[in-house]
Amino acid sequence: MRRAAVLLLALALAPAAAAAGNCPTLHAGRLTVGTDNPAYPPWFGGPQGHGWKVSDPTSGKGYESAVAYAVAAQLGFSRADVTWTYVPFDRSFAPGPKSFDFDINQISYSPARAKVVTFSSSYYDVNQAIVVLDGTKIASVHTVAGLRPFRLGVQVGTTSYSYIVDHIKPTHSPAVYQTNAAVIQALKNKQIDGLVVDLPTAFYVTSAQVPHSKVLGEFPSLPGGEHFGMVFAKGNPLAQCVDTALAKLKANGTLARIHEQWLAKAAGAPTLK
Amino acid sequence: MSALEVEDVHKLFGRLEVLRGIDLDVAEHEVVCLIGASGSGKSTLLRCVNLIEPVDSGRIVVEGADITRRGVDVNAVRRRIGIVFQAFNLFPHMTVLRNVTLAPRTVLGRPRREAEGRARELLARFGLADKSDDYPDRLSGGQQQRVAIVRALAMEPRLMLLDEVTSALDPELVAEVLELIRELAAGGMTMLIATHEMGFAREIADRVCFLDEGVILEQGPPAQIFSAPREPRTQQFLARIVAAGRM
Amino acid sequence: MASEGGRRTDLEVARRSRILGGGDARTVGISVASTVLVFALLAFAITHAPGWHEVRRTFFDWGQFKASFPEIARAFLLNVKIFSISEAFILVFALVIAVLRSLPGPVFFPLRALAIAYADFFRGVPTILVIAILGFGAPALELKHIPTSTTFWGIVALVLIYTAYVSEVYRAGIESVHPSQEAAARSLGLSRGRALRYVVLPQAVRRVIPPLLNDFIGLQKDTALVGILGAIEAFNQSQIDTDATFNYTPYLCAAVLFVAITIPLARFTDVLILRDRRRRQAGRVL
Repeated sequence: MRRAAVLLLALALAPAAAAAGNCPTLHAGRLTVGTDNPAYPPWFGGPQGHGWKVSDPTSGKGYESAVAYAVAAQLGFSRADVTWTYVPFDRSFAPGPKSFDFDINQISYSPARAKVVTFSSSYYDVNQAIVVLDGTKIASVHTVAGLRPFRLGVQVGTTSYSYIVDHIKPTHSPAVYQTNAAVIQALKNKQIDGLVVDLPTAFYVTSAQVPHSKVLGEFPSLPGGEHFGMVFAKGNPLAQCVDTALAKLKANGTLARIHEQWLAKAAGAPTLK
Repeated sequence: MSALEVEDVHKLFGRLEVLRGIDLDVAEHEVVCLIGASGSGKSTLLRCVNLIEPVDSGRIVVEGADITRRGVDVNAVRRRIGIVFQAFNLFPHMTVLRNVTLAPRTVLGRPRREAEGRARELLARFGLADKSDDYPDRLSGGQQQRVAIVRALAMEPRLMLLDEVTSALDPELVAEVLELIRELAAGGMTMLIATHEMGFAREIADRVCFLDEGVILEQGPPAQIFSAPREPRTQQFLARIVAAGRM
Repeated sequence: MASEGGRRTDLEVARRSRILGGGDARTVGISVASTVLVFALLAFAITHAPGWHEVRRTFFDWGQFKASFPEIARAFLLNVKIFSISEAFILVFALVIAVLRSLPGPVFFPLRALAIAYADFFRGVPTILVIAILGFGAPALELKHIPTSTTFWGIVALVLIYTAYVSEVYRAGIESVHPSQEAAARSLGLSRGRALRYVVLPQAVRRVIPPLLNDFIGLQKDTALVGILGAIEAFNQSQIDTDATFNYTPYLCAAVLFVAITIPLARFTDVLILRDRRRRQAGRVL
């Protein structure tokens, strides 16, 4: 009886022990997750709050918020143990000690970036897509080659830029904007003809941010694909713990369920060839 | 027709009345010297004649034209009257030649070669030919003042106003400037000269006016003013000048 | 008289040297040595800091520098284009504003007031706001014939702002020219306009060449702000490279380019000033 109690206690404490032992966090007993402000759907959801604009990460709504809390639970942290902190994109890879345990902010893995920070394994495989205004010349294009004469725009820091430069190869160099708001304004102003961004964000843009726009199409996946990973300080052992957690979430269908709940709408765009 | 008529001119600076009713006639080719203490109004009078300062009441008539009436073309008036100041005010960013030709070329519209030709003649006449292409910084005070006079002459004025033009010069440089003025007088230029150089005034003036507290207290031929002044204040003024060793 | 003063100074120097136990060479030697020592200490402290390795890899990666530099240099051409075109307009418009401000008399009051309001407003509002408002706002009006080009609006915004600053510089120059210069010009019969054009402005502008250069250099830096409108100028391109590689060295590429144009410009200005002074004071014994 006593052995059972001890065993139960050990089991109960195991995740916490695991967290404390090989899965160190900045603050004992707390998981600090970083992301950018504003927090946009479908990656985050619900109304704004707690100082976060557009949506509030603490709500648990939205794909990335849901994934973060699911991973936290696997690591033995309850919802109340998770703290969200504002990390502008440029700070996520700045040298020196980090202010977060991991940063989840639609950051794509690349080998060059992996030299500077440690990435978790994929929590989302990305496809790029393009948003255009209804009734414009570009809106009748069906092929990648057909996009070349047009002026495309992206937000800085996204891999969409290199996608344009390496794979679309338009005749005009793309326009690169500081913020999501800026690139959207440029599309509305017709200063750019098309906005290249990951597929889920593309659907959010067309449904909530730019009236009379549509997702013209999705680009074919690159060999090897592109994926989002969480960003850790280089060599942080917590990354392995998170990878283990992600693997479990994939195996037991949690990730698929979260995908179904938040990203199902982000489907059904034609593929441009 | 006299060259210049000043009729009951009053001038105030704020509450201070500097000119309290000046009456003066200058005939053509006449050289009139204004003497008096500092603050007596000599400079102010000259500046009023050249319209640098507006008069508060009274009239100034130059060659029959009332220059103090409303709507007068100030620039046209100033073309006909030359004025030279105590601080030479040459334009430092221009050579001597350009200083002299600037007004003839831009105001009178003379073509460059003609303006430069006349300028060089004038400069040569007063011994400044070799300074034509120098900048004013390189000239001595006396040379600069002579250039200033030449610059005014280049506009071929009908009347020259000289405002204590030697007061800022070292004594050994004064002579060359006085020599130039002597030549101008000999050539028949109508001149109104404010000066402290009593010996020079005595030599060159057709008439001397003594200004005291904004009025012409006494005027007459130099011999009379310097040797036998009638007014007590004139006598006091001259006595002070003699005591200072300046006459 | 000058030689006597010179002799006295030599004696004083000799006396001081004897007291301090040395001459000029020794003083120079000491100051050089101490400067070298301070910098050596600084370099040592920095390179032995715990985070130095990471900082060096992140900010001073030579491989990354070589890789990013060509593209950033190409993007820099846009900065050059923007500030060259802008400066041409600024130098002219600012002079107009400064002259408007100097017009005397009650009849010109509206123009003076307008010039003052303009200068106050555009010096007060932050540059980045003007660029954002014009660059995003004007095209959003969707009026026909209004260009949507970001380079166009970037130039318009920079011209509006820097005209305000430079007009104050010109104004200071104009006011520094002694009023007797204008009086002398007017007394020769020159109109106000001619006096300004031939006598006052040439002197005024020569006097303010250093602050004009200062504002030009500031303008060159501010062209980076046009990047917020999407145009890929040097800073924007460095940001793209930095974000792609998580390495900050591309910013160093941009910095090097900006410094590289500033230094020759500053030396050129020194030459201009020196040449003007030498020409005016050649042979003068001070």
